[in-house]
Amino acid sequence: MRKALSLVLIAVFLVSLLGGLTVVPSVKAVAQEVTYNLGTEPAAIDPAITTGIPEANIELQVFDGLTRIDNNNMPQPAIAKSWTISKDRKTYLFTLRDAYWTNGTPVTAYDFEYAWKRALSPEVASEYAYQLYYVYGGEAFNTSIKVGSKYYVQAVDAKGNPLTKKEGDKDVPVPDMKKEIDPSKNIGVKALDAKTLKVYLQSPTVYFLNLTAFPTLMPVCKAVVSTNDKWADDINTYVTDGPFKLIEWSHNEKLVFVKNPTYWDKDKVKLSKITYYMVEDESTALSMFQSGQLDAAANVPTSELPKLVASGEAQIFPYLGTYYYRFNVTKKPFNDVRVRKALLLAINRAGITQSITQGGEVPALAFVPYGIADAIPGSDFRKASQETFYKDNDIAAAQALLAQAGYPGGKGFPAFSILYNTSNRHKAIAEAIQQMWKKNLGITCTLKSEEWGVYLDDESRLNYNVARAGWIGDYMDPNTFLDMFVTGGGNNQTGWSNKSYDALIAKAKATTDPKARMATLHAAEKILMTDMPILPIYYYTNPVLLSKSIKNFYQSTLGFVDWKNAYMG
Amino acid sequence: MLKFILQRVLSMILVVLIVASATFFMMRLLPSGPFAREKKLPPEIIKNLEARYHLDDPLWKQYVDYMKNLLRGDLGPSFKYKNRTVNNIINDGFPVSAALGAVAVFLAIVIGIPLGIWGALRQNGWQDNLVMFIALLGVSVPNFIMAVLLMLIFALGLHIVPAAGWGTFKQIILPAFTLAGYPIAFLARLVRSSMLEVLRQEYITTARAKGLSERLVIFRHALRNILIPVVTVLGPLIAAVFTGSFVVEKIFAIPGLGRYYVTSINDRDYTTILGVTIFYSALLVLMNFFVDLTYAWLDPRIRYVERKVS
Repeated sequence: MRKALSLVLIAVFLVSLLGGLTVVPSVKAVAQEVTYNLGTEPAAIDPAITTGIPEANIELQVFDGLTRIDNNNMPQPAIAKSWTISKDRKTYLFTLRDAYWTNGTPVTAYDFEYAWKRALSPEVASEYAYQLYYVYGGEAFNTSIKVGSKYYVQAVDAKGNPLTKKEGDKDVPVPDMKKEIDPSKNIGVKALDAKTLKVYLQSPTVYFLNLTAFPTLMPVCKAVVSTNDKWADDINTYVTDGPFKLIEWSHNEKLVFVKNPTYWDKDKVKLSKITYYMVEDESTALSMFQSGQLDAAANVPTSELPKLVASGEAQIFPYLGTYYYRFNVTKKPFNDVRVRKALLLAINRAGITQSITQGGEVPALAFVPYGIADAIPGSDFRKASQETFYKDNDIAAAQALLAQAGYPGGKGFPAFSILYNTSNRHKAIAEAIQQMWKKNLGITCTLKSEEWGVYLDDESRLNYNVARAGWIGDYMDPNTFLDMFVTGGGNNQTGWSNKSYDALIAKAKATTDPKARMATLHAAEKILMTDMPILPIYYYTNPVLLSKSIKNFYQSTLGFVDWKNAYMG
Repeated sequence: MLKFILQRVLSMILVVLIVASATFFMMRLLPSGPFAREKKLPPEIIKNLEARYHLDDPLWKQYVDYMKNLLRGDLGPSFKYKNRTVNNIINDGFPVSAALGAVAVFLAIVIGIPLGIWGALRQNGWQDNLVMFIALLGVSVPNFIMAVLLMLIFALGLHIVPAAGWGTFKQIILPAFTLAGYPIAFLARLVRSSMLEVLRQEYITTARAKGLSERLVIFRHALRNILIPVVTVLGPLIAAVFTGSFVVEKIFAIPGLGRYYVTSINDRDYTTILGVTIFYSALLVLMNFFVDLTYAWLDPRIRYVERKVS
């Protein structure tokens, strides 16, 4: 017995030795796992109601829309395998491929119809519902009044003003009971069958296929969401259709994703696991990156950026945004275009980007940034017509304009302040500009730093002289930068109003021909850059801490990260 | 005693209700609101949001509704974290902050008190100077400097502990020491000065005259008497440390409650501002109540009897 046992042991030993020898020591496969710092706890993960970039960077991993933006910023077929567009570019007919939700049920056109109407319904109160206003009837439905289970248009008085009535101490809008909105009939999205989605737009929207890749337009699983309005609170009911699947959410700490085995394009997905941390402090994230706890991070401390870029640990990505100052054109002396222009010309933008921001930002000599396609594929809106509208640091011209405006050498220029929200970066830039105006124009101004909410409030009530602002595009079209300055627009906030500008923006919205449309938008920008209610400073960039072992990393110019095609090498 | 407890509990509830009401109205005086964004929302969407969160009701009605819900223990939905309630946020964050706080308080007690005693016993000696120096450092070095220094030395320099994060024991060490820095210094100073005072008392002279060993004199006779001031500060200290620190949690990326004291105000997340303020004040009055109860146990001269007015 003992002999037999020892024989067996020897046999086992030999076999294992042999086995050990035959295995050729190979290069150990790199674990396809990545850790990324999202920077903050998401406000929510329901694609219909979120607006932020961190939220989008979660939703884009777990959802797949009709289209998906590829690494060249172009929309590609995703859940929709093909589509046809009508001649007037208002009707889209999408054909869906065979795709599945994480609960195993098929993704259907009904899910899209349901998701879009849900995002538009007034009771869901989606902040980004306006991303669906392009769909016929979308805005009317979103602004309707619910009475019982029906929706009505708000009644108007003889002058066309919306009617409200007092109910106790509360002003409630009055519905016009003759004008019902039936979401099943009056909205331009309809599932013809499980695989065909018909979309009818309010007006031709050339970037509509970009929008269908946007979080607000993601499908949701009708069977789950319609029966459980808390579906996105719990990862067990968080049914999704994207390349990855969320398996853990520890609030303020981390989110863990794994590759989704039911994803239609799973063969292209190489990462097996993604961990998002929510480290708010940029320096802490850098320490974690340097000690190997993080492979990538969304934010980089400005002071360390040049060093990190030089060492290859940080990369600078383009970002569709402009950092600028607003003038309050309702206030003297900023109601004078010569004053605005003088202030605009008298600053040295290159100096600011080189010694303060240091993130490879480009001095802005117009408002719409680089990176948006013009009418011809491959062209850039910025370069297509007029690339710049003025010279940087044009002190002589600035002084002449100021003298014309009646303030030679800055004499008699009223006291004013630059308003910004409390932040070291905004402060450093404002201090530099204060110095430049003082030195170049002889104008003295003070700095006014305000807490975020107070600053927003003062800006929207035009309670400022000159105020810092920033704008990041919502979609890759110049319209996202230009339509904000229409008269009374919520994001105008300068008091500026120009009828021909308003007319051009309205015309661009209704124009189908891409060339004519872009020409109209160029004309609009020209008016904006002639009247100068704003003072563009630089075009944003988006620096990311990125380990060299991450390959095929993609971050769109809107700041959206997509890990679908990334891998570790 | 029972009557005392009952009275205290009633006054505690009253204090919390006053804090809640004052916060409710003061908060609404702040400019701007929870739906102000850099990218302005269209007015109709703000209207939908206000209807959803009942912010379109008159203020008095919002107040009454809030108070009704508060009495049922419901702190309402967060305006910022749309899928979460404030109860949810506190349930998630408080255990983390409290665990970290417990370690910090433990460190403060086992380091601060002995340091103070040691300094007092060697008054004006080098040991005393050392203790006072440590105490001075602890009180004057801000915790964000301490945090960064500790992280630089122990995480990036020596690689003993991870730089930041939460979940393992090693990740507690740096933030706990950072958080304990001030309490250690504060306790050491407090213990030292009260120890010095106690050592001059006649009953210590008596104890020594009886021929008791120095150890017995210190541990049986002096220590118990220096505990009164220590317990007095420990109550509010525990309440403060257990509910988390914004700075420490931010620097060490800890998913605690401390962050919300600051971020909720920036976000104008009304319900969260109220929720964490009420939670903190409730904990504070509760700790003070325990402190009062402990007095009676520590010092037989303190008894909560009804004072008879003759």
